Amino acid sequence: MIKNMISGYLITVLITVLIYVILAHSLNIITGRAGQISLGHAAFFGIGAYTSAIIYTRAGLPFWIDVPMAGLVAGLIGAILGIPCLRVRDDFLAITTMGINFVIEAVFLYIPFFGGAMGIGGISLPRWLGREMTKPEYFVLIMLVFVGLLLLDYWLGRSWIGLAWDSIREDEQAAETMGVDVVRFKVLAFIMGSAIAGLAGGFYAHFLTFIMPQNFGFGQSIVILSMVVFGGIGTRWGPLVGAIILGILPEIFRPIMEYRTLIYGVLLLAMMRFQPGGLLGAESFLVNLFRRPAFQTSARE
Amino acid sequence: MLLEVKNLSKEFDGLRALDGVSFTTEGGEILGIIGPNGAGKTTLFNLISGIYPSSGGEILFQGRSISGLKPHEISHLGIGRTFQIVRPFQNLDVETNVLVAFGHQFYPSLIKSTYPFRQPEILAEVHRLIERSGLRPYAKQIAKNLPLGFKKRLEIARALALKPNLLLLDEPSAGLRFEESRQLMDLIRQVSQQGIGVLLIEHNMHVVMDLCRRIIVLDHGIKIAEGTPEEIRSNPRVIEAYLGKSE
Repeated sequence: MIKNMISGYLITVLITVLIYVILAHSLNIITGRAGQISLGHAAFFGIGAYTSAIIYTRAGLPFWIDVPMAGLVAGLIGAILGIPCLRVRDDFLAITTMGINFVIEAVFLYIPFFGGAMGIGGISLPRWLGREMTKPEYFVLIMLVFVGLLLLDYWLGRSWIGLAWDSIREDEQAAETMGVDVVRFKVLAFIMGSAIAGLAGGFYAHFLTFIMPQNFGFGQSIVILSMVVFGGIGTRWGPLVGAIILGILPEIFRPIMEYRTLIYGVLLLAMMRFQPGGLLGAESFLVNLFRRPAFQTSARE
Repeated sequence: MLLEVKNLSKEFDGLRALDGVSFTTEGGEILGIIGPNGAGKTTLFNLISGIYPSSGGEILFQGRSISGLKPHEISHLGIGRTFQIVRPFQNLDVETNVLVAFGHQFYPSLIKSTYPFRQPEILAEVHRLIERSGLRPYAKQIAKNLPLGFKKRLEIARALALKPNLLLLDEPSAGLRFEESRQLMDLIRQVSQQGIGVLLIEHNMHVVMDLCRRIIVLDHGIKIAEGTPEEIRSNPRVIEAYLGKSE
């Protein structure tokens, strides 16, 4: 009995963390790869969750249809919002994306169609083999999606798209004069990041079984951004490491749960001050620790 | 006619940065553009490369109007440029910096954009350009670690990767030591001998007089003179506006 409770709790934490890992990865496409700051990523997570919930509970379509739809709708809205958004830069982009988050949260909260403050309930885990999926099976399913995501990330990083993102992140104006259609590739990053966040939202809704507007507020965006920054913005494994550490930390130290946002804030500031590249980024103490000899040889060449 | 600039103007909040400038240039020519600070030289480049829209006039490239096109579209047509303050992609290595400019062959199609960018044929071309720009030992170096002279070469190599017909060079020799500047001049001369047109903004009179057979002089956004180096040197308006101040 107790053993079951523990493993039940453990799998709950694992699934939650895995969803955060996917979210951190999706934000890393926008912020890490293409270099566009977004303070409103939770909005697309929410759009996915609500799309999923509404299609599932009102249209009665199965998980296997509503979750891909969640990704599609979030990607589509990402495209619509991304085009005006990505014509502004830096601070303006930060404020615009933050504004989008507040607007989307307000839409969920005040438009009755979305269930208001009570949110939407009655969502359940997917069915397969004629029964409801168990939580460990659900974990494996999300894991498969994550592996697919990693492969996509790897492939994009080596493609001309990845190179275009690199150049935009380094210097937008120079990239333009080198033939890179900056707006197009920024919007592409925004669509992909939003669509993947939408998928994560679908998985989240079916796991939580009920969703509320405050799950997708500005605070949530900051949590996701903290994970990316903590692990190493723009690195392949940083978002994973950041999401695991920051996702599990509050579970281990239950009493700090209440101060979660405060601690994330302090961590974010400390990282910016002392390790701006994140745990796995350039000039990180961890990376230096393991790679010191290699660095020296390359410097001597 | 490679480039024909007609009556080009640019206003910034009522301030005339460029006022009715006209000139033409041909492939293989190195046209010098000189003038005191604030004369509108860099503004001219920013208009040709599409970074700013013009307020009036027209720019024809190979007989086609390019006014209103976006910078990446203009670069696809075959106009490459460098910047007054160098702007390589700082955290990418030399090879990757040059590779970016090869993307214009792939970027118009989303499907082709998903191809891997390190392809042997393209890398071979990249290395030819790197070799030609004297950057071979630095191919794998991160751009920000290069000395200024090599960053400037990198910018030229990157612009050449666009296979341009026209190259806009904004003060390529500024901040370089004599030897570095001489090597850069050789590179520019080679480029023009290939038939590429070069517009050269330059403060170093020695470089301009040496490289250019024809020079235009801008002052306060107006073209005040055009001619051979000898004519420019003896033009009283130029001496007053420009050379007079520095001597």
